[in-house]
Amino acid sequence: MNHRWATLLLAGFVGAYGIGQLHAEEATATLTIVNHRFEPAELAVPAGQKIKLIVENKDATAEEFESYELNREKVVPAKGSVVIFVGPLKPGRYPFFGDFNKETAKGVLVAK
Amino acid sequence: MLATALLVFREVLEAALIVSVVYAAARGVPGRTRWIGSGVGTGVLGALVVAASAGVIASAVSGVGQEVFSASILLAAVVMIGWHVIWMAGHGRELAVQMKAVGADVAVGRRPLTLLLIVVAVAVLREGSEAVLFVYAQAANGSGLASLAGGVAVGILGGVAMGMGLYLGLLRIPMKHFFTVTNWLLLLVAAGMAAQAAHFLVQANLLPSLGEGVWDTSGWLSDHSLLGQTLHALVGYDARPAGIQLAVYLVTAVLLILGMKLWGKPNRTKQQSPG
Repeated sequence: MNHRWATLLLAGFVGAYGIGQLHAEEATATLTIVNHRFEPAELAVPAGQKIKLIVENKDATAEEFESYELNREKVVPAKGSVVIFVGPLKPGRYPFFGDFNKETAKGVLVAK
Repeated sequence: MLATALLVFREVLEAALIVSVVYAAARGVPGRTRWIGSGVGTGVLGALVVAASAGVIASAVSGVGQEVFSASILLAAVVMIGWHVIWMAGHGRELAVQMKAVGADVAVGRRPLTLLLIVVAVAVLREGSEAVLFVYAQAANGSGLASLAGGVAVGILGGVAMGMGLYLGLLRIPMKHFFTVTNWLLLLVAAGMAAQAAHFLVQANLLPSLGEGVWDTSGWLSDHSLLGQTLHALVGYDARPAGIQLAVYLVTAVLLILGMKLWGKPNRTKQQSPG
């Protein structure tokens, strides 16, 4: 019986922590894709905070935003815009690239 | 051409591995090739439709439509696999005995193949739509059609070859253990898919992450290496999992194992009856 209460309590804490996380203040940052390049190629974002990353694609073809370090992967349709939530991040550099145009579409998110 | 081949290969690989496991799990069912083939066909058609409506899907649900869509179809696949796995836990032994008696791959028993058709279709649709968008972008960017077609062909052949390799490997498992192995493999595929759905919902800010990157094994085994991707498709490997991915993975696996134990008990009365 005792460990059942402990489990419940733990579930409660995890739930409360989770809801707190969802409603935490988020910073917004915007990236633009033009001619298969990211602008800006280096984007500063606050560390320790959830970031709402808006990626706008001005090109006529789709791109895929991908970052191993951020563990994110998302198609950005032609002439479209998507939202990707990342973080909260530890201070550091988080490279990303466009998987459909790897040679040109490169950038880095710098969390400070 | 190499870049095209590599990208297409990566997308085809994961789908091919899942199709192989499902195809193996359907061993002995009459017309399984037709069923699984229909699943692949449905998936390819779905991939084209999804690629064509990428813009609409992306802008839906305030910019996170892709994640909601991906998570939904992944969870649907998880339910289908779960159903099949629990059903097989009760009938697998029987089936193996029958198949041993009449020879492998002779039609025995009926199994809910519609479920598996959907799983195959979902796997192909998810990986396929990205490949379609990429190839379309390459063509629109002025890549030569011959080199593009060559790259696509090489990529697809490579992915399919990996899937066939896995299938042939599974066939080497003795019949006595065959369905036990495919069933556990399917269970892990389902847990991995559920965790991936959770990952998408975190990316959409609809679920809390409960810790980004609980551990980082990317230096040891990258998600994007051949082995990493194979393990991603088969057991849900992620080099930087969020806390909630681990939780969802465990909960799914435990629920399916419980289901197998509770409802999947072999039918004793049937075994004891003479004849």
